[in-house]
Amino acid sequence: MNSTSIRRSAVFGTLSSLAGFVVVVALTFLGLLALTFFIGRVIPIDPVLAVVGDRATSAQYEAARVAMGLDRPLIVQFVSYVGDVLRFDLGMSVSTNRPVAQDLARVFPATLEMATIGIFIGIMLGVPAGVLAAARQGTWVDQIIRVFALLGYSVPAFWLGLVGLAIFYAGLGWVSGPGRVDIFYDGITPVVTGMLTVDSLIAGDGTVFRSALSHIILPATILGVFSLAYIARMTRSLMLDQLHQEFVTTARVKGVPEWQVIWVHAFGAIRVPLITVIGLSYAALLEGSVMIETVFSWPGIGNYLTTALFNADMNAVLGATLVIGAVFIVINKVSDVLYRILDPRSR
Amino acid sequence: MQVQDWLLDDSPASRGQAAAGRAYRVSLDLMRNPLAVLGMLIILLLILTAAFAPWIAPETPLGQDLTRRLLPPSPEHWMGTDQLGRDILSRVIHGARVTLLIVGLVAVISAPLGLLIGAVSGYFGGWTDRVLMGLTDVFLSMPKLVLALAFAAALGPGIENAIIAIAITTWPAYARIARAETLTIRNSEFVAATRLLGASHTRIITRHVLPLCTSSTIIRVTLDMAGIILTAAGLGFLGLGAQPPQPEWGAMIAGGRRFIIDYWWVATMPGIAIFVVSLGFNLLGDGLRDVLDPKAQGQ
Repeated sequence: MNSTSIRRSAVFGTLSSLAGFVVVVALTFLGLLALTFFIGRVIPIDPVLAVVGDRATSAQYEAARVAMGLDRPLIVQFVSYVGDVLRFDLGMSVSTNRPVAQDLARVFPATLEMATIGIFIGIMLGVPAGVLAAARQGTWVDQIIRVFALLGYSVPAFWLGLVGLAIFYAGLGWVSGPGRVDIFYDGITPVVTGMLTVDSLIAGDGTVFRSALSHIILPATILGVFSLAYIARMTRSLMLDQLHQEFVTTARVKGVPEWQVIWVHAFGAIRVPLITVIGLSYAALLEGSVMIETVFSWPGIGNYLTTALFNADMNAVLGATLVIGAVFIVINKVSDVLYRILDPRSR
Repeated sequence: MQVQDWLLDDSPASRGQAAAGRAYRVSLDLMRNPLAVLGMLIILLLILTAAFAPWIAPETPLGQDLTRRLLPPSPEHWMGTDQLGRDILSRVIHGARVTLLIVGLVAVISAPLGLLIGAVSGYFGGWTDRVLMGLTDVFLSMPKLVLALAFAAALGPGIENAIIAIAITTWPAYARIARAETLTIRNSEFVAATRLLGASHTRIITRHVLPLCTSSTIIRVTLDMAGIILTAAGLGFLGLGAQPPQPEWGAMIAGGRRFIIDYWWVATMPGIAIFVVSLGFNLLGDGLRDVLDPKAQGQ
């Protein structure tokens, strides 16, 4: 084979694997839609009754049922549901009286803001901790880091949030309490990204920025603790795999300084799988934010979901579930693709 | 020393002896890991507390006394009292029963379900496999807590529905394991021999394939226990799990949430209980993984 045909077959291979990938992602999304549709159907709360009220006559009830399209066969209802979702129509929220899609677009940046700060804390502390534990394998440093990671797996997020509020807000007064910003600064910053710390910087408003930062730092740190535990554990085990390899021994024999063996040789080899680990924990943070946001009254998608649960606002519950699920899938698939692109062995 | 010799015999005479010998070796390895022993002690304590709750607890979990509301921890009330004057220690002790009930039932529902789906999927292969595993992957691709929340919301609040919701989100992992195991068993000679003897598919799956998949599934269930406890507590905290006045730890934290600033013990005590118990399961699971996973040996 000459070089052109090799290149062509490589391109063709990439294209066909890309097509397969798109099909898999599309099927997963369809499955997700089927799941939320099914949950919407098995609910004991009658959606028609919720609209017409329990004083309605049976004729009114029937008319509303037909108007909502609930008299059609399930498969027809499902197809029209998929069509609606593709047009970003997630129905109306009973509690906010706005389209659910609009609500979600409004609350999502707040969650993204908190999860992003959380993952940064997790990476900054978790990666060095994992590398250190692997380098000092079997010593007390390693034991402490291992036990700390297990503690992170065992603590209920909502409880840690409450205890954190009691200590750092009520007790020590180091941070601000629940909510996103002090109430007298609320709504004065023009919305650009929807992330208040970013928007206040764009507006050049230092006071709002400091207030927003002192509100976000505690919940984001607690979220970070959870990703820290996972990242540290995975980094440790990835590093141990490398440190037992022959090229590491070779480097040591050649007299390469130990810090260079660890940070350049061994760590260089785990950067790619680490991306997958970080992607997975970022996706997991979206899940963790459901509980944390509820405790901190943080106006993000998790708080929106739990508020909708209390109000039996099923459109909002399913919409939020759908969006969290979709983001979860996308992050997972993207880290999957990144891994394949960056790791030459998996091509 | 005769029992030990019998257990460590390299050529066991019966299936029972082989199984007992293996269990003995695993437990010997586990005993060498102090953290795993600590985890086992915690779980043993949980089981004993749950079994003897009415005798251990100083008071009934539901006994209200409004004259002694929100008392701080003291020699009379080790964990203080809550907003209705109930003794928190007694409620935490009785909560062990609720927690054990939840993890037990979730395991009993989801493990056989996952095993069966995985074994059927792996055994028949083809379209059965594709459809069942497609379904499994859809569940696996969803964040567990959010899915459990949505199901619990749809089924309505209550401890039974919370158990069902959590079980629905945990079975796919077991299906994956059972399928992988089945794929290696399916083409083995003894399965072919059984089939030649005229055994039906049902008999082969239930009598020959499933028993071989159980041990790896049991390990995975142990590893998942802490996660199940945390999810159940989360559902309880959001009001979707056990309902008041049931002494469920997550619901107790929700009850003490309003008082966290002035009366910290109301929400803190049940949280410590959740934390300790899930730490116990994590320590045991971690130790089990070290012992049973040959890849992790020496790490």
